[in-house]
Amino acid sequence: MAGLHKSELKNPVMNWIDTRLPLFTLMNKEYAVFPTPKNFNYFWNFGALATVALLVMIATGIFLAMNYTPDASMAFSSVERIMRDVNYGWLMRYAHANGASMFFVVVYVHMFRGLYYGSYKSPRELLWMLGVVILLLMMATAFMGYVLPWGQMSFWGATVITNLFSAFPLVGRGIVTWLWGGFAVGDPTLHRFFSLHYLLPFVIFAVVFLHVVALHITGSNNPLGIDVKSPQDTLPFHPYYTVKDSVGLCVFFMVWAAFVFFAPNFFGDADNYIPANPLQTPSEIVPEWYFLPYYAILRSVPNKLGGVCMMFGSILVLFVLPWLDTSPVRSAKFRPVYSKLFWVHVASCIALGIVGAHRPEGWWVVLGRVATTYYFMHFLVLLPIIGKLEKPLPLPESISRPVISRGGGPLPGGAPAKPMEKP
Amino acid sequence: MSATAEAGHGPGDPHGVDEGKRDFLTLVAGTAGAILVGAIAWPLVDSMNPSADVLALSSVEVDLTPVPAGQGITVSWRGKPVFVRHRTGKEITEAEDVKLAQLIDPQADSARVKPGHSQWIVLIGICTHLGCIPLGNKPTDPRGDWGGWFCPCHGSQYDTSGRVRHGPAPANLELPPYAFESDSKIKIG
Repeated sequence: MAGLHKSELKNPVMNWIDTRLPLFTLMNKEYAVFPTPKNFNYFWNFGALATVALLVMIATGIFLAMNYTPDASMAFSSVERIMRDVNYGWLMRYAHANGASMFFVVVYVHMFRGLYYGSYKSPRELLWMLGVVILLLMMATAFMGYVLPWGQMSFWGATVITNLFSAFPLVGRGIVTWLWGGFAVGDPTLHRFFSLHYLLPFVIFAVVFLHVVALHITGSNNPLGIDVKSPQDTLPFHPYYTVKDSVGLCVFFMVWAAFVFFAPNFFGDADNYIPANPLQTPSEIVPEWYFLPYYAILRSVPNKLGGVCMMFGSILVLFVLPWLDTSPVRSAKFRPVYSKLFWVHVASCIALGIVGAHRPEGWWVVLGRVATTYYFMHFLVLLPIIGKLEKPLPLPESISRPVISRGGGPLPGGAPAKPMEKP
Repeated sequence: MSATAEAGHGPGDPHGVDEGKRDFLTLVAGTAGAILVGAIAWPLVDSMNPSADVLALSSVEVDLTPVPAGQGITVSWRGKPVFVRHRTGKEITEAEDVKLAQLIDPQADSARVKPGHSQWIVLIGICTHLGCIPLGNKPTDPRGDWGGWFCPCHGSQYDTSGRVRHGPAPANLELPPYAFESDSKIKIG
């Protein structure tokens, strides 16, 4: 039996299984004893929250799909039947709809954490890029999911966004006809969007798996942005971060529940409770809040193709971020210029979101163009330059000794924490 | 592994691990987690139970006036076929006179009809063998040797009270819950 894994488990049944398929050993290595920087703050909770959000979305989605009919003549009423007749249908629908917003909230915070602490820098470039792929898949999934109830906003949002592809010269209109399966958004479009909306979350799951594997190869970043130098800089993931993540999870579920039970239509558009009418466009076509910044960028450019390219470009620029930022220092904690620019960038993203919610007229157009310009300048111009020109603050010795000793003996009270014993 | 292995001491020990407290916290956290998982799982599972619109369709009214003596109709109830047969006097007598000891699944005819309405027999039209729909509602259908119903799949035969008289079916045709709203109308379910 040479080559078989030698399991250390004591229970004979578990040992038998683990020898042949070492899942228990794997889970223990990756999620129990795994050495994790001991100085995580709560911003490191958001990746786990995103995973939980994905799993809940898949579970509620599968059960909703048992009662939903993806046909243009029945989709809207099948959703109403779920709300009124299916046991707990209202709960699953509201959990799923609000869950999409919750999922984007945690993913955006997760990404801003990465931007602030330099988690995209070497050796985590591929980890970051996989994350951007996950974002793109989430956006496609959310877009198609919103079409499924076949309300006015579902239909017209689908029409506007699929029509974007007509901007491409020569092949544009052909692509749009191909996407629609017809000459306008209609029944064939709805059927294929349902199929793909069911499929993509599992693709997301696979890419999340790769994302976590890549993370476990490099190890996590930490708020100081300096490498782990010794085991004294780390804690075993269980019980320290399993427990800390549980606390964050409780808060996350409470926020989610507050929306589901007390304001379930807060994020939604009232027009989507009107069945789709291909012969009447609503007065305002607005996407869900998590798409508003991209919508603002799209409409800031007076040229149709230009707007489309800038909108996609705003995400593509994230792919090359690890190479745009030239600073040798990871964490903004030690980057006095970048740490200010970071907040300007956050403000520009929020401004873009607000612009996206308004009609493109008057001062909104000006603000949209200013914010779009800053967004691209931040990544393409400022980051490369300030990385070279900025004078970073002195980095600490290690995670365990975060303050540099100014001559003399070792600092008092600098004893590193001992990892908890196994119970 | 533990660098400084100190065995757990009781409460009040400032340096060691309070195992009792740890066990308590683990138990409480584990219980809370189990309740959370249950609270999420139950609505999902219950959503698969019959919904309000399915439950609303769970009863059906049948007008008996178009059914002459000697004939039966088939009505759909909860997705199943229900036989409603108007028995002739001869069929009623035959059903009532059978000795219970002769029956494969003994049951008196009086227990299978409503008092005062013995000319009406209401049965779920699913053979108790493997689920085919027996023939016998039309006078031209084969009705088997006892004048009731004949299942073409494997040859089971039922009498005019819907009781099995010849196998391989093991049991009488099932009775749905029903009531007479008037002499010419019944409500099934």
